[in-house]
Amino acid sequence: MLTQKIAPTFAPHKLAIGMPKLEDLQQIVVQTRRDILRMVHKVNSGHPGGSLGCTEFFVALYHEIMQLKDGFDMDGIGEDLFFLSNGHISPVFYSVLARKGYFPVEELNTFRLIDSRLQGHPTTHEGLPGVRVASGSLGQGMSVAIGAALAKKLNGDDHLIFSLHGDGELQEGQNWEAIMYASGNKVDNLIATIDRNGQQIDGPTEKVLPLGNVKEKFEVFGWDVLEIANGNDLKAVIAGLKEAKSRTGKGKPVCIVMDTVMGHGVDFMMHTHAWHGKAPNDEQLETALAQNPETLGDY
Amino acid sequence: MTKYEDQGKKDTRSGFGDAMTALGRTNPNVVALCADLVGSLKIQDFIDENPDRFFQVGIAEANMMGIAAGLTIGGKIPFTGTFANFSTGRVYDQIRQSIAYSGKNVKICASHAGITLGEDGATHQILEDIGMMKMLPGMTVINPCDYNQTKAATMAIADHKGPVYLRFGRPKVANFTAVDQNFEIGKALMLNEGSDVTIIATGHLVWEALIAAENLENQGISAEVINIHTIKPLDEASVLKSVKKTGCVVTAEEHNYLGGLGESIARTLANQHPTPQEFVATQDTFGESGTPAQLMEKYGLNNKAIEKAVFKVMKRK
Repeated sequence: MLTQKIAPTFAPHKLAIGMPKLEDLQQIVVQTRRDILRMVHKVNSGHPGGSLGCTEFFVALYHEIMQLKDGFDMDGIGEDLFFLSNGHISPVFYSVLARKGYFPVEELNTFRLIDSRLQGHPTTHEGLPGVRVASGSLGQGMSVAIGAALAKKLNGDDHLIFSLHGDGELQEGQNWEAIMYASGNKVDNLIATIDRNGQQIDGPTEKVLPLGNVKEKFEVFGWDVLEIANGNDLKAVIAGLKEAKSRTGKGKPVCIVMDTVMGHGVDFMMHTHAWHGKAPNDEQLETALAQNPETLGDY
Repeated sequence: MTKYEDQGKKDTRSGFGDAMTALGRTNPNVVALCADLVGSLKIQDFIDENPDRFFQVGIAEANMMGIAAGLTIGGKIPFTGTFANFSTGRVYDQIRQSIAYSGKNVKICASHAGITLGEDGATHQILEDIGMMKMLPGMTVINPCDYNQTKAATMAIADHKGPVYLRFGRPKVANFTAVDQNFEIGKALMLNEGSDVTIIATGHLVWEALIAAENLENQGISAEVINIHTIKPLDEASVLKSVKKTGCVVTAEEHNYLGGLGESIARTLANQHPTPQEFVATQDTFGESGTPAQLMEKYGLNNKAIEKAVFKVMKRK
């Protein structure tokens, strides 16, 4: 059993200044995976699969792509904003927020515990910096992201709105209301990414309720769509997000269909929906952590 | 008895629409959203004057609630507009997670509430909305009684920080409260002082309560009439003060007796001052097609029903 170490030496903002090297970012990716695994293991609950699959995306977004102010205020005027619609992948969100400096990394120790700001699903209710809306009940995030994008336009703020959605989540009808609205109203300061890992709780998405060709669906709804073929290749994710940014402001909302592998980075968690909402036991954790050696210091 | 004069029948939804026009001119952060019911919500003037601050979302209420939540991030004050049915039951989870739990400053403005929606029938007549909305932690629930009060309430909620459910109706009804009233959220209004019974009414039933009180006065019964426009937070002090004097209470609302104003009053009384109470409300039923007056008569929601309830509750003192 691993002992928990405090890592006060980590200075999160240092990495955000200037142009971080790919290797630096890769170190954060590995450390984030460790955080995710340790968080869900400690409380024997939470969703490691989707979190591990989206780690590169989160690290790229927060450390390379988004323009962020120091500190946190709810209105977020003058900075890019991110909305997580599939709130169950809170472990990756919390780890990245903490290591970006929104709150102390030690607080990751409180994930899902009573009196914690790190609720099972993200919420504004406990005042956790970095979170701007509650999510967890699926299918609601795109509408909220559109609203925030409209507020940016009204405020003459040319920063962007990013959002992330699970692919299974697209089975919720509200998404299609939102998808229709965004193109019909030229919400072109929005980049919505679909985590196309092909898995959901009950099995492969194409078995549970086929989503078909997600890219074409968004396209016929009037979006500008690009694909990231390997959402677990950090370089490809950064390139894809940069390309998406370059397509904003042209009259269409931008969608990224990003193929990821649920459970990426831990061999026995990959290519299955089994770890969607299951925590590893002691032995499994040890194996998983061995595949992701400590880089920035465990919390 | 204090006299109230009908200044001319008007629909409460027009009070909302006219207030939106005023807010459009005075508060640059106010924005409006509508789900394909602009005419019904009477917000065309707001739209004409503030086209950039209006968002037509089409027949997609869930998306409307989410967009409204998002618009608050950046300091906007969104007012959503559709029928009460589609403002609540249809989008309960969106309101619950994206607005109430997230503490967003959204004003959910709901027209055509209750049975007086009339001919469209039960699919559109919601009698459960107060219950659903008052159960949400942090939600303020307001049901004004006439045009003037609805206008004042709409203005007031723009300055209130936090989610609000504002419920109003379709038909033209008596407009009897003061034109330039100061609307205080959470404050009961004493309309008539009395000593034998307290009648606590909300929405369209307030005017009926005043008619009932006048009829009762002619029969030698002194009825105190209180207008509760804010069902949550409830002005418990005013309620308790009155029932301690009269010893019995009739509550009147255009809503199911389950989950409505009456239940909120009953809870207050049970906790602090048990008192005989009768409920003028629908009896756990759906509505049906008909004219508003026919429906109010059939479902026991008029001054005659209030009078009957007064006689019944006074015997229980």
